[in-house]
Amino acid sequence: MKQQAFEAAHTDTWRRLEALLTALEDRRTPGRDVPVQGLAQWLRAVSNHYALARARGYSPGLVAHLHALVRRGHRQLYRPQRRWPQLALHFATAGFPRAIRRHAGLFWLACALFFGPMLAMGLACHADPTLIHSLLDGAQVAEYETMYDPANTRPGRAPARQADDDLMMFGFYVWNNVGLALRTFAWGLLAGAGSGFVLVMNGLVIGAVAGHLTQLGFGTPFWTFVSGHSALELTGIAVAGTAGLLLGGALLAPGRHGRPAALRLRAAEAVPLVLGAMALLALAAMVEAFWSASAGVPPGVKYGVGATAWVLVVAYLLLAGRGGADSAQARHGGA
Amino acid sequence: MLESQPPSAVAPRAAAIDTLRHLETPEGVEIALRVAGPVPRVLAFGIDLAVRAAICLALLPLVGLAGMGVGLLLLALFLLEWLYPVFFELRSGATPGKRAMGLLVVHDDGTAVGPSASLLRNLLRAADFLPLCYGLGLAAMLMDRDFRRLGDLAAGTLVIHRDAPPQPVAVPPHPPLPPPAPLDLATQQAVLAFAERSRTLSPARQAELAALAGLTVTAPADAVATLLGIANWISRGKPGTDGPMHPARRRDDAGPGATP
Repeated sequence: MKQQAFEAAHTDTWRRLEALLTALEDRRTPGRDVPVQGLAQWLRAVSNHYALARARGYSPGLVAHLHALVRRGHRQLYRPQRRWPQLALHFATAGFPRAIRRHAGLFWLACALFFGPMLAMGLACHADPTLIHSLLDGAQVAEYETMYDPANTRPGRAPARQADDDLMMFGFYVWNNVGLALRTFAWGLLAGAGSGFVLVMNGLVIGAVAGHLTQLGFGTPFWTFVSGHSALELTGIAVAGTAGLLLGGALLAPGRHGRPAALRLRAAEAVPLVLGAMALLALAAMVEAFWSASAGVPPGVKYGVGATAWVLVVAYLLLAGRGGADSAQARHGGA
Repeated sequence: MLESQPPSAVAPRAAAIDTLRHLETPEGVEIALRVAGPVPRVLAFGIDLAVRAAICLALLPLVGLAGMGVGLLLLALFLLEWLYPVFFELRSGATPGKRAMGLLVVHDDGTAVGPSASLLRNLLRAADFLPLCYGLGLAAMLMDRDFRRLGDLAAGTLVIHRDAPPQPVAVPPHPPLPPPAPLDLATQQAVLAFAERSRTLSPARQAELAALAGLTVTAPADAVATLLGIANWISRGKPGTDGPMHPARRRDDAGPGATP
């Protein structure tokens, strides 16, 4: 068949597909008048025409035109439609805790890298008042001391920030803490060393501040302040570290895959962990901004809330999403 | 446009040193994606940086609202730093900077980028950025034949040049002339390509190319016309054969799934 006859026979289909693609590329949810149901059929037909045009040596301009249609159609047809509310709910109730339990070994490793130095440094700084200066400089130590001075009416905030809005502190905690968690994850690409370093360093600093302040007798303002959000925040950082170690593990121990393939697989598995870590830290920021610094709440209540939060977080990670039937879907939770 | 064309079925594919990546679609045809190198991507990043800075500046008056305003500003900073590219990539496949540079983010199977891959490639920017100014990312891009930075490698994504808007090209009409001898497919395609591009070439260049073709023995002034005539012969057939199609040929146009 000559090219002209070919064009005359099929140009209607090409125009229809092109109009449909333009409509689909224009907006995410096409209107009722857009014949989306024709996409698969027309793309198949045009793919066929494209193959014929190439094989028969039709003009390069025609082949390029059909090629462009096939490429655009490919991008529009193979695009999963997601029901976001259901996915988010499933992720929160099952996908995230399942993802952590799937990587329990790495999670415990991240916890050891984070809580181990924290505990050791806390005990050491409690015993030796000067040890904190090996980690933090004088100005930082002084700032922490004023923040948690029992004379300070709003513990956890520097005297200059006493009047600051809770919302401002929320913005600060999100920007700072969630950013830190995301960096902890991303730096896992450095063979896991980046994540390990962030976990250990943060563990050391948190432990040092806790031990130092307790030894100074500032224990009550400090522990009442941190108890409320500690469960969410510390777990969130450990989870972000787990995701980072997962990336590092793909490079150090790729198993039965090549390193690039292992990286792709583990990175996809790390996505639910990162999303969960972001959610935990955003929640922690909310608690820290609107509850932890609130004055006039008896310490007993704050400790009670903190202990309840720990119980809930541990129970959530241990129990949520067990026994569900759709574990295959959980594997792609949030993805 | 010509360079984004797939290898012809008749010409053996040269060991590719170009930036075309070929993949087969489920419909059984091969498509080619043109991956984007570091320079347009760096420029796109620069544009995005300017857009982000402009948004920050526009939000700066929030500071006037004291504590609450600063809180909102910090939240906006966080979103701009981490999720700005994800938002735009999920909406249209490209951030404003990439769109301006004609780039597009796709999965490495040519499909539109999804939330998981987009989140990964953009969160891992923090690793690509190390030790400073995307040093690691640039090194990875220069070592990878698809110009993927670390985030792209982990997420399985490619940054490609957006399809050029299809320009209607047609062989200029001319009375068909028979070729002096039967032409093989590659030569036919060269003649057709010349005819389609002839409108964009100066008359002197047309004459030069037509003389180079070696298909004509006449004077150069006529060579262009002769070549256009041959092109019309190839695409339309002999004068007077524009009638009904051959039934046997018609059948193989109808069934889907035919491959070259």
